[in-house]
Formats: sequence, structure tokens, C-alpha cells
Amino acid sequence: MPALLTKRIIPCLDVDRGRVVKGVKFFDHIDAGDPVEQAAFYDAEGADELVFYDISASHEGRGIMADLVRRVVEVVSMPLTVGGGIRTLEDATRLIQAGAEKVSLNSAAVKRPELIAEISRAFGTCATVLGVDANRVIEAGHERWEVFINGGRTPTGVLVLDWVRRAVELGAGEIVLNVMNVDGMKQGYDLEMTRAVGSSVTVPVVASGGAGSPQDIAAVLSVGSADAALAASIFHFRTHSVAEVKRHLRDCQIPVRLDA
Amino acid sequence: MPAANLAILNYGLANLRSVQRAFERVHVPARIITTPDEIDATDHLVLPGVGAVADAIAHIRSASLDEPIRRHITRGRPFLGICLGLQMLFETCHEGGAHQGLGVLRGDCVRFDVDVRLGLKVPHMGWNSLDIQTINQKIPTLFDALPNSPHVYFVHSYHVRPTDTSVIAATTHYGEPFVSAIQRDNLFAVQFHPEKSQAIGRQILARFAHLPS
Repeated sequence: MPALLTKRIIPCLDVDRGRVVKGVKFFDHIDAGDPVEQAAFYDAEGADELVFYDISASHEGRGIMADLVRRVVEVVSMPLTVGGGIRTLEDATRLIQAGAEKVSLNSAAVKRPELIAEISRAFGTCATVLGVDANRVIEAGHERWEVFINGGRTPTGVLVLDWVRRAVELGAGEIVLNVMNVDGMKQGYDLEMTRAVGSSVTVPVVASGGAGSPQDIAAVLSVGSADAALAASIFHFRTHSVAEVKRHLRDCQIPVRLDA
Repeated sequence: MPAANLAILNYGLANLRSVQRAFERVHVPARIITTPDEIDATDHLVLPGVGAVADAIAHIRSASLDEPIRRHITRGRPFLGICLGLQMLFETCHEGGAHQGLGVLRGDCVRFDVDVRLGLKVPHMGWNSLDIQTINQKIPTLFDALPNSPHVYFVHSYHVRPTDTSVIAATTHYGEPFVSAIQRDNLFAVQFHPEKSQAIGRQILARFAHLPS
């Protein structure tokens, strides 16, 4: 059997005013360390990519993020994605010029979808990621999968599968699906929604929200058919290492990179 | 024994610090240059690139960098193209229409046509392995002394199809094999990103930097 594109394991670092934090169900945050030190740690552990997500998402925060990316590029040679608070082509340009490989758009793209096309035209679909905060909402006995914005605070009425299809047409080259109902709960990813998003688009899908164990990650990469798995707290609090997760995936016959 | 005179060509908006930094980490000082004269004064030239190939080629032509790049290659000086820096070496790039490339190599560049039923996505994004081809045992390659099937980082939707298959230095499997590296004498170009490929990538960059000019 020929070698395959490996499934990516991506530690996500939520950053608030220059510090890595980790929240439970989006809102309560506790301090988890220095971003540059964390990046070097995950580089050494064999992480396939890193995501920095600016949860402060203020004007001041964006300046801090560009500076943070510049410092991280000095210590690691691996792909970096930055998200949080990117509202304009100028915001994206600043982060990419600082050394980010990809930028992840979220709320601003829902409010003004053309932003996806603008960034995609300037830097290519490969650099243009759409982050989606999705929620299972039950109303009058009927469930819908709805997109939320502003850090998960605001419902939009937009349906998840409609939105990801539209975003790919506009030029998004990757989807990060974060399912809010399970985020921070460590009970596993939302396999059904991840799988549904994967079969709705032709671009890679990164699963986010809910990782509690290597088994959860194996499930979303196989049953959930995700191309990559993003996780935060299980790595930050050293509950499991990236290498340990990858060895488990290899034992499950899931292609991973172990020669780092 | 670092290469005395290695430079990275900047012709657009892209960040080149990660390429420069990866060379620094293997003790190779790398300058970032922008002009035709600076290309002529360089022994080892690196041509990176992200974004749209049509924009990249347009930037290069409008800054009159295309002739100096060809001249550098024709003189047999070491050249390393990365990603778009590989794609634009060919005659034609099909990306939202046909665009004329630099024409250093015969062949073209086309979008992946993969079977979605196999779960394959475009862009081809992530870590995949190199199947290194033996070109000619007498000449050095960038991949000598690497482990078997090393993993490197890819992020691209297009791949090249050289007419002359003898230039193929490595292939990678994505649905079917595609050309992930080429070599012709001192002309090297890779589809993956060595500057994002951790230790293996740095080893490849160090090999390039230490080629005799």
C-alpha cells in the first residue's frame, strides 16, 4: 500500500492578551502559559500544526497576535494558523506577513462573506480557513445545526451545512468545525456533525471541540471522517501527549506522522 | 562550512522570515533580496511563493526578475524553488485560465483531479511522504541521507507535470502519484514547504546551501 496523507494532530492555543488560556464551554478561562514556550513544546512533541486563537479579539489583541506570530516563527518550523478577531483583509495581511501560514475567519465572515473571497484572492484558498462555531439547537422538538458568532454568544439563524458550502464557493480552503455543545466537556467530538460537514465540502475538515482522550481523536478521524483533529486542554494540561495520541492512532491503522 | 552567498527572492506580499529562519537554524545566513542586480550577485538562489501563481508570475515580470532568474539557472548556479517557485518554472500554469510560466522546464501545472469518493480533499494539505527517485547516482541530490519516505508538509491545490520525466526527483501519493520534487543539474524545486517541515525540512535546506556553486 502506498504511503498516505497523514491525519493531522493540531494543538490549539487560545490566547488572551498574549497568554495561552483554556476555557470550559467557551466562557471561563484559566491561564495555561506562555505561547512561545508552548509552541516549542508542541514542536518537539511532533504536533503537525499549531493554531493560535485570539479570544480577546480586540484591536490591541490583533497587534499582540502579529507580534506573537513573529516570535513563534523564530523558534518553530511548522505551519501556524491564526484566528480570532480577523475582520478585514488588512488584519489577515498583517498576520500572514508576520509568518502565519493560514488565517482562520469566523464572525466577520458570517457578517460579510465577501471577506473570504478577498483573503482567498490575495493569499490563495490554501491560506484561507473558515472557523465555524456550531450549536445543536432544539426548538419546538426540532433540532437544527446553527452557526453562532462573537465567541459563541450570538446565534445567527444560519445553518451549518449551508454556510460551509457557501464559504468553500467563496474560496475557503479548509473548515474548522467547533461544536459548542461538546467543547471543553472532554466527552468526545460531535462525530455526526463532523461527518456531515466533511461530506458537504471538497476541502479538508478539522474537527474541534470535545477531545478527552486518544480514543475520541481516533473516532473523529475515522467515524467522523475528519482530516485533522484539533484539541486544547488534553494537551495543555498534559493529560495526554501528542506522541501518545499518535501512537494510539497508528495502532488503530490511522495514518499519522511519527518520524518528526 | 556555510554557503557564502545565499539569497531568498522577495517579489510580493509573502512572509519570508520562516524560510530565512529555517536556514539560520542550520547556520546558513540567508539574505532577502528584491532586485535583478542582487540575483546576478547571488550564488544560491531560493524562490519561494504562496498564493496565486498568476499573481506571482505577474509580480516577477513587472519587477523584471524573470530574465535574471532564467540567467541564474542557465549559468548552472544552485537554484531552489518552493511551491509556486516550482510551479512557475513550467511553460503553462492552469489556474483560473492558462498562464504563461517562466518556461525553464517543459510541461504544465494543473489542479488536482482526485476522487472525492476516496475521501480525498483539495487542497492537498498536511504531511505526506516523499518517494525519492534515483536520478543519477553520481550527482548529489537534496534528499541524500534522509530516512526512507520522509514526511514533509504540503499545502497546494495544483501539481506539475514535467514533459521530461527524467527531471522527477521525488513523487508523492495522493490518489495517484504526483511530482513533488524535480532536479536538473543544479536546478532544484519542491512542491512541499521545507521551511515548515521541521527537522527534515531543515536537513533539505542545509543540503541545498552546501552544494558547491
